[in-house]
Formats: sequence, structure tokens, C-alpha cells
Amino acid sequence: MKKQALPYRIFRFYYEGFASMQLGKTLWAIILIKLFIMFVVFRIFFFKNFLNERFDTKEEKSEYVIEQLTK
Amino acid sequence: MEQFVDFSLIDWSRAQFAMTAMYHWLFVPLTLGITIIIAIMETIYVRTGKEEWKKMTKFWMTLFGINFAVGVATGLILEFEFGTNWSNYSWFVGDIFGAPLAIEGIMAFFMEATFVAVMFFGWNRVSKKFHLVSTWMVALAVNLSALWILVANAWMQNPVGMWFNPETARNEMIDFWAVLFSPTAINKFFHAAASGWVTAGVFVVGISSWFLLKNRHKEVSRKSILIGALFGLGGSVLVMITGDGSARQVAQVQPMKLAVIEGLYEGEEGAAFSIAGYAKSTNNPERPYEKEMHSIKIPKMLSLLAFHEFNAFVPGITDLIEGNDEQGIISAYEKAIRGKKAQQMLRQFKDTKDTNPVEHARLKALFEDKEWIDNYFRYFGYGYYYDEDINVFRTNIARLVPNIPLNYWTFRIMVGLGCIFIIVLALALWWAYKRKLEGKKWFYYVAIICVPLVWVCTMCGWAIAEVGRQPWVIQDLMPTVSAVSQVSVGAVKTTFILFAVTFTILLIAELKIMFMQIKKGPKEG
Repeated sequence: MKKQALPYRIFRFYYEGFASMQLGKTLWAIILIKLFIMFVVFRIFFFKNFLNERFDTKEEKSEYVIEQLTK
Repeated sequence: MEQFVDFSLIDWSRAQFAMTAMYHWLFVPLTLGITIIIAIMETIYVRTGKEEWKKMTKFWMTLFGINFAVGVATGLILEFEFGTNWSNYSWFVGDIFGAPLAIEGIMAFFMEATFVAVMFFGWNRVSKKFHLVSTWMVALAVNLSALWILVANAWMQNPVGMWFNPETARNEMIDFWAVLFSPTAINKFFHAAASGWVTAGVFVVGISSWFLLKNRHKEVSRKSILIGALFGLGGSVLVMITGDGSARQVAQVQPMKLAVIEGLYEGEEGAAFSIAGYAKSTNNPERPYEKEMHSIKIPKMLSLLAFHEFNAFVPGITDLIEGNDEQGIISAYEKAIRGKKAQQMLRQFKDTKDTNPVEHARLKALFEDKEWIDNYFRYFGYGYYYDEDINVFRTNIARLVPNIPLNYWTFRIMVGLGCIFIIVLALALWWAYKRKLEGKKWFYYVAIICVPLVWVCTMCGWAIAEVGRQPWVIQDLMPTVSAVSQVSVGAVKTTFILFAVTFTILLIAELKIMFMQIKKGPKEG
């Protein structure tokens, strides 16, 4: 029998693995919901990068931090 | 200090970070140890071909899978907080933290993602040996993952291998190996990883004892106890060795941490180790931090533990604050004056950039001068505590003393529980080996109670490591007051509540699924 290509075998490995999961499906649901909350809700709405939000260049960020460190 | 510091912002930012770090650590230690236990069980299965070991391997693997799935990526929240709530800190350390965390992301994460899939999906799909290699690779990857995080944490406790660039206000790594192999990093990694191995050992013994209590899966439980107890005991030995190494490191680079752990106010030669005690305020306005300690002590033991010499001098809180000429200890007041000078130099460096190139070049040379760095820049963080008014200066300096009762008691709880686990694991190993576990109900209960206690123990360890180094975010260079972002307190409170709710839901989910799987027990096949 002809051996299938490696990418296809890898795909089948994961596909069949996910398809045969029982408890794993619940766990994956938890992982996906958690990642959505973290990266979509928290990251976008609550955790903007403080310096990136206020300054465009590295020089400006350095100036600001030095200002903060030496006030 | 009071005029530019919003202490409520600092307290909430610290509380938020502490809460997320603690929740994250709830998931980590079990993962560190149980992956190795699973790999050992699978190795026995592959060598003996006995299905019983496969059944055991798969059962503990399922519990690991639950813990892994619920805990994975919870640490990323900490990185969000660095950028939002600790932006000055994040900028100041960027390069140093970047390298270890990038290696962690690339190496460990991808190893985990690849081999965890083979571990769970690979039964009957790949060869036994390849599956076993994958299981060992997962164990190696999760522990390596911890290595890079702990290297970054160790650098904060003992900053080495870097140079501060005054142009960018960032620390730049000049010696990667010094950062990786600093004694603080080595001790911290093995101490934290080994504590995870003890956690897993106690967990396996506790859950197996529950089965024995219920008269279920007797032989599987006995064998699980054999492996779990032996592995947990090995972890305990490593915890003791690295604990000793950590104590000696702390004595050298964080003497204030050691002094508050011991409630040691006045330093002494041949210092005693305090077993238990209490402190009474002296109401001395010149020394607002000062207290009188009353405790039961073991003579000379602290000197022995900290310096491996019975008569070594161990500095107390008063020595570190007021200085001790005889022992060559500079006072915190002097350090604050020098730190302030270093801050002024940085400010002048910035101000002369476009106006006075000669002065600018002279100041830049200072930041490259080893002697100046050793005498001034190394105390940079103390500068925030300086004030021209002596009364305000005193109040500020008192803030350099971390919370004593919290450090004192968490240390004793950690050590006490660690000793109890050694006894429990040793008894479990002996009785399981001699097949004398049967009917020891009282012992089953003790082993089950030890399961939540092992988490209490490991949390206490982190509380000492992190609260004990206060007020420093980076030892001597950056205190929390200068590390925090100027965001609104309301925003921090909101995210604190959001995290508390999210993580609590995750924890409940983990416990619920875990209990359900434990009740089902090991299955055939």
C-alpha cells in the first residue's frame, strides 16, 4: 500500500486525535473560552500597552521613563 | 516621596499582580512534577509490557491534562500587566527579560505543543518507544519552561550581567551566561522545580490514599504510592539542598530579606535561629521600624545556615538601616543619598543632551565607570527614599523594611510543612514497599489532607521570595514606587475584580473536572 505524504499523515494524526477525544473536548472548550477572554476581552479593552498607547518612538518612551525615574 | 507616589495605586497594582501570580502558580507545580512521574510509569510499562502500568500512566496523564488545559496561558496575564501596570519596570528591564522569555516561548512552548499532542493522541498511533520519548520530552519541556521564567525572576532578585544604558533608560544584557548561571538563578530554579516534584509526589500519594480508603484500585494505588513517594522524597532532598543554597544567597545579596524572615533586629555573631516568637514595638520615633523580638531560639543556628559558620556575623534590620561601621555595612540613609546622586546624574545626562555636549559626554562616561557604578548607580533605587527633611527621610527609610510577620510566619509554615511531607512520604514509601499500607485509615486521611497543604507550602515559598524582597522590584535599583504605571486606581481595581472572577471560575472548573475524573479512577486500555 502506498504510504501517504507526511503533511497528510500529520493532519490525520491531529484530526483523529481531536475527533476521538471525550474529556478532551471539554478541556479544549475551556482553553478556547479562556484564550478568547484573555486575548480579546482583557488584552483589547483592559490591557493596552501603557507606553505604546502614548508614544510612537523609542526615543519618546525613553524620555518619558527617564522623566518618571528622576522626578 | 509622598508628593509623587499614590500608595493606593501601588497597593492595588501589587495586589493585582500577586493575585494573578498566585492563581498561575496553583497550576504550575503539579505540572512540573507529575509529568516526570508519568514518564517514569510509562518507562516501566514499556520495559515490562504490563498493562497495569499503562493504566496507571493514562490515569495520571488525564489528571495532568486537566491541570495543563486549565492552567495553560494563565501566566500570559502577568505579561499583560507588565505592559499596562508596570510600564516603567517593563521598559527598564526590557532586554534582560526579553531574552529568557523569548527562549521560553520558542523552545519550551513548541516542544510542549508538539509532544503533548503525541502524548495524548499517540496511544496506538505511534510506536511505544516514540510515545515514551514524547512523554519524557513533555516532562523536560515543562521544566525547561520554568527555568527561563525563574532565570528572569532571579535576575530581579540579584541583577547581574547587564549594563544600564542612560540614553535609552534600559538595562542591556552584556553577559547572558552570568544571567543564566547566577547562583540565585540556579538555586531558584532547582528549588522551585523540586517543590513542584514534591507537590506531585504528595498529590499522587494523597489521591492513591483516597482510593485505598474507598477500597478501590488497591494494587494500582500501592504502585502509584511507591513511585509518587520515592519521587517526592527525591524532590524533598533537592528542596533542602537548594533551600540551603538559597538561604546563603539571600544572606549575601538580600540581607534584609533574611533579617525579616528571622525577625532579627540587632545583628550578631553566632546568631540564633528563631523557632517561634512575637515582636513588640519600641515606639522609638527615630527608628519607626524598630521592634523588640521575643522568641524561642536555637543558638548559633542562623549563622550556620546562612554562612556555614557558627560565629559568622548576621546583620539585623537595624544594622542594614542605620549602618554598622565595624562590619562595613553602609546605612540605608547613605545609600539613599548616593542613589539620589545617581538619579540626578541621569537627569542631567538627559537635560544636557542638546545643550552641553561636553558635559553630556562626561556624564555618559560615568555610567560606564565601574567604580562609579559600584558606589552610586548600584543604589539607584534607594534615591527615591531620600528627603531633605530628616523626619520625612526617616519615614521613607522605614519603608525599606518588608512586612515582618508575613515573612516570619510564611517561612516557618513552609519549613514545617516541608518536614511533615518528608515524614508522610517516607512512611508511605516504606509501608507501600512492605505491603503494609492496608487498613491504615488514619494514614490515608493524613495523606489526603497533605494534598491541599502542599499548595499552601509552595505558596508560602513564593510569598517569602516576593514579599521578602519588598520594596524592590529589581533589587536596589527599582522599587515598586518607581516601577508602576500612572494609570487610574479605578482601572486597576476593575481588572483585579475581573481576574479574581475569571481565575476563580477556572479553578472551580479544574477542581470539578479533576474530582470527577478521580472518582472514575483508572480505566483499562
